[in-house]
Amino acid sequence: MTFQPDHVEHLATILKAVSGFVLSPEKAYLIEPRLAPLARREGMASVEQVLLRLRRAPDERLIWAVAEAMSVNETTFFRDRSPFELFRDEIAPAIASRRRDRTVRVWCAGVATGQEAYSLAMLGLQMPEVKLEILGSDFSQRCLEKAQSGLYTQFEVQRGLPVRQLIEHFDKVDEMWRANARLRQAVAWKPVNLMGDLSRLGRFDVVFCRNVLTYFDEPTRRDVLEKIAGVLEPDGFLVLGAAETSMDSAAFRPAPGRRGLYARDPEFRKAA
Amino acid sequence: MKSCLIVDDSRIIRKVARRILEDLDFEVAEAADGVEALAYCRAEMPDAILLDWVMPVMDGVTFLRQLRAEIGGDTPKVIFCTAETEPRRIREALAAGADEYMMKPFDGDILGSKLTETGLV
Repeated sequence: MTFQPDHVEHLATILKAVSGFVLSPEKAYLIEPRLAPLARREGMASVEQVLLRLRRAPDERLIWAVAEAMSVNETTFFRDRSPFELFRDEIAPAIASRRRDRTVRVWCAGVATGQEAYSLAMLGLQMPEVKLEILGSDFSQRCLEKAQSGLYTQFEVQRGLPVRQLIEHFDKVDEMWRANARLRQAVAWKPVNLMGDLSRLGRFDVVFCRNVLTYFDEPTRRDVLEKIAGVLEPDGFLVLGAAETSMDSAAFRPAPGRRGLYARDPEFRKAA
Repeated sequence: MKSCLIVDDSRIIRKVARRILEDLDFEVAEAADGVEALAYCRAEMPDAILLDWVMPVMDGVTFLRQLRAEIGGDTPKVIFCTAETEPRRIREALAAGADEYMMKPFDGDILGSKLTETGLV
């Protein structure tokens, strides 16, 4: 399916402004599969019609729905494993030992359907010496609703989640699996758009922002990294996706030998 | 190269699993029920076993209990691969000595994830 170039360009402008998502021409093939379900929900005959309305009579609700539908929500429990092992074995105990009440505050930014936050919550329940507080956020309300419900398909709970953890922390509800009350209570959820002001979110010891920045352009990435640094404690850590870097941001320095792990640079904004 | 024995009475499941496992560099053997699987293991203990539950002649759980009682029978990593999805069944499989548990239907991602859990890949 080929769309009118000016419609695609307009869509790209809107996405960039709303969610930071960069829709490059070579990613135009994503438009049809991602927006077709939305077109059906909205009672529109085609994706072309969605793009046309976005152009001619956009309303905030439609713009938001399109941005949500175009976003990437690919995630699994314990994705890539090693960041979670690092968190459990090194980061969380180290930070807890430096806090009087042993509380470690974690923010999962761009958490999509919540698997990362629940994975950390499961680790937290195995670490009685650490008091873990977890905030899961995403700009997509639809994703957050699913995350908050704790309901996952059989397919989803089998990707990355060891079966012993599944039967310990999840209940079977018809054909689905639901995070049990204890696990659900271990995570707070909040809609947060990384394009907006983050300064009122509070302070965090660790921020997981994995495979999120990759969809932004470089200036946006730098801007978001600076904003994240602004909510991180001076001895805090940022965890990025395995293929992402902090792009020589002044706010972070890579932790040697720890791929994807960045320490907040103590010199950053010291003068401010 | 690691070896995996697929124990399932469905030829289609064996074929699908074989393809995924061979892509992951496993040397694959097949058995259609628990008795056949036990005979195979007595001759040559595989590194991994992908095990169906409901099979004629000898079911998966009975096979697993017998396997774990054999000399060397504690070494293979056993992943159940079954349409049984009730938590009490999963607990029963784990108590019988299973290392992981996969609910059908599955795909390459899920099998890969289970093999990773058991340290096989």
